[in-house]
Amino acid sequence: MLSADEWSVIGLSLKIGLTAVAAMLPISLALAYILARGRFPGLLLLDALVHLPLVVPPVVTGWLLLLLFGASGPVGLWLESWFGVSVLFRWTGAAIAAAIMAMPLMVRAMRLSIESVDRRLEDAAATLGAGRWRVFRTITLPLSLPGIAAAMVLGFARSIGEFGATITFVSNIPGETRTLPIAIYGALQMPGAEAEVTRLAIMSVLLSLGALLASELLARRAGKGWRGHGL
Amino acid sequence: MGFDIDVRRRLGDRAIALRLTGGPGVTALVGPSGVGKTSILNMVAGLLRPDEGHIGVAGTTLFDAARRIDLPPSRRRAGYVFQDGRLFPHLRVRANLMFGAGRNGGNMDFDRIVAMLGIAHLLHRWPASLSGGEAQRVAIGRALLSSPRLLLMDEPLSSVDPARREEILTLIERVRDASPLPILYVSHDRAEVDRLADHVVELTG
Repeated sequence: MLSADEWSVIGLSLKIGLTAVAAMLPISLALAYILARGRFPGLLLLDALVHLPLVVPPVVTGWLLLLLFGASGPVGLWLESWFGVSVLFRWTGAAIAAAIMAMPLMVRAMRLSIESVDRRLEDAAATLGAGRWRVFRTITLPLSLPGIAAAMVLGFARSIGEFGATITFVSNIPGETRTLPIAIYGALQMPGAEAEVTRLAIMSVLLSLGALLASELLARRAGKGWRGHGL
Repeated sequence: MGFDIDVRRRLGDRAIALRLTGGPGVTALVGPSGVGKTSILNMVAGLLRPDEGHIGVAGTTLFDAARRIDLPPSRRRAGYVFQDGRLFPHLRVRANLMFGAGRNGGNMDFDRIVAMLGIAHLLHRWPASLSGGEAQRVAIGRALLSSPRLLLMDEPLSSVDPARREEILTLIERVRDASPLPILYVSHDRAEVDRLADHVVELTG
């Protein structure tokens, strides 16, 4: 049904999406916790910065990434001199673009679930001798886990749908940066590729649907034991 | 071996002030609701910072505005029994009891306290499945097992249905008689306080 090329596009999209979410998980969790519980003057600015990729045109985000990671960009220079690697035109670059674009959604969903944790339980844990880190690990984190899982699935769906920042930043390289949306866009430019567009579009919808169903199942399973009155 | 408390705190347009030196045993704070009884307990536990004053318990200073001492709640070791229980919903009863026990929470203590509170049969249950009285017993056990230097009890009977109150009250008497810990007990029920307390402090609005 699908050609080998089309399978490789799907495989690449999955790899990039999973890498982006995995790399973004600790960062967005830390940001969400700071935004939910922090109290310092720069908080509003940090909040705005986190949300920036949501409102800036993706092509601008891609261009900024190019400036940062390019051969003469600060991060690009550092990666080149320390590790001898470049993320330009590589799938790692596509994962970075996807992670940046997924960040606002992930942080937002995680922040909401952390904010919904009853602070009185955190207080109770503190009176029992738990310091901040232990309170987070044993109370805040487990109680917000369903929301965090949902945030990851949301971030994954956003990652595999990423187009504008990715094509600006790392272009359209078969086997490296040609993800589902980029492949669909490319096929649309070619005469007579309607069938390919249809197949890729169907796969794209199925993947997103699968992600949504997975998040729903996760949310239902989480806390099945303790939320009910089970013994 | 008791409390040495002198705190003042403004909350909105309300001023809470208390000076209290109490011996060992149970010191009760009574007064109408809204007078700031719970706020006093929160200040002793470190959950609310007084504007000025000092808090000492059994010879240890927990807070002193003038000397800039303000121990975080995790280091005050206040065994706090909250009005609403506040058991951790995602942990079974045993894990709730052990939360503050740490590695030095000896099994001797655990078995003795569990037996005294009559909760051995509840250890594998989730908090959501407990009755108000059962939950409050577990909450008392959890506070006792955290090796506290004092106990704070905020209307521990209010979430217990009336038929079971006598039972919990007897338990609290047993805790009082079995441990040397100073107890700060908040209630609005004078009869309850007369029965439990060695000293009574009346708060007025």
